[in-house]
Amino acid sequence: MISPDSVGRTYQGAGSTTISQSEITGFAAVLGESDFSVATPTFSIRTSLDQLQEILTGPEVGINWERVVHGDQKFEIHRPIVAGDVLTCDATIESYRVAAGNEFINVKSDLRNGDEIVCTNWCTIVVRA
Amino acid sequence: MQERIFKIDRELLKRYANASGDQNPIHQDEAFAKSVGLPDVIAHGMLTMGLVGQYVSDWAGGSANVKEYSARFVKPVVVPANAVVELVVNGVATEENGLYRLELTATVDGVKVLGMAKALVKK
Repeated sequence: MISPDSVGRTYQGAGSTTISQSEITGFAAVLGESDFSVATPTFSIRTSLDQLQEILTGPEVGINWERVVHGDQKFEIHRPIVAGDVLTCDATIESYRVAAGNEFINVKSDLRNGDEIVCTNWCTIVVRA
Repeated sequence: MQERIFKIDRELLKRYANASGDQNPIHQDEAFAKSVGLPDVIAHGMLTMGLVGQYVSDWAGGSANVKEYSARFVKPVVVPANAVVELVVNGVATEENGLYRLELTATVDGVKVLGMAKALVKK
């Protein structure tokens, strides 16, 4: 069970991530992309999932990451990520429900470069019974 | 849109793990995967979604044209050792206020692995 107080709250991820060209290139190349000028549409999962893990496994929320599976994922890309972006990530726990012992946590993450929201990601994290 | 086949093997899982930072052993270690009740090693859901995303980027003329992309992970893609799994991707594009709404399908052996896979792109 997650802490009931955490639903509706926004958590600021610790620190920021500076995106390098080699990360963008490495990620794109695995998927078969040959244009490395911008990040591919799902690249931001690297940043948002890392930050999310840190926030959701922290003492305030307290889920067991070993039992986590990814239920769904949505990316709203305001502009493509490019090398040199310095991204911070905050995560809002939008809703929470329990079904058949499994916990479903809906989280929205905003990735910002300075004040600019570059990408908004939504995901459902399922903590298996 | 035209059907396209992406090939997934253990080597690709290893490369995706390194590129994405997701080193969960269920995507690389058969004994571990089985110990947590899985039939075998499974592909990262985000690898499958990433490959379908590549299909979307290619259709749209580049990643910079992709505005929205979403999917549900409805069935794991099991990747046995020394096997090459074929991910079959297709889609239907509908114009919507100057953009294109793509409804995508992704199947392995005829079984849907992503649900409600959709994208909004510029072209």
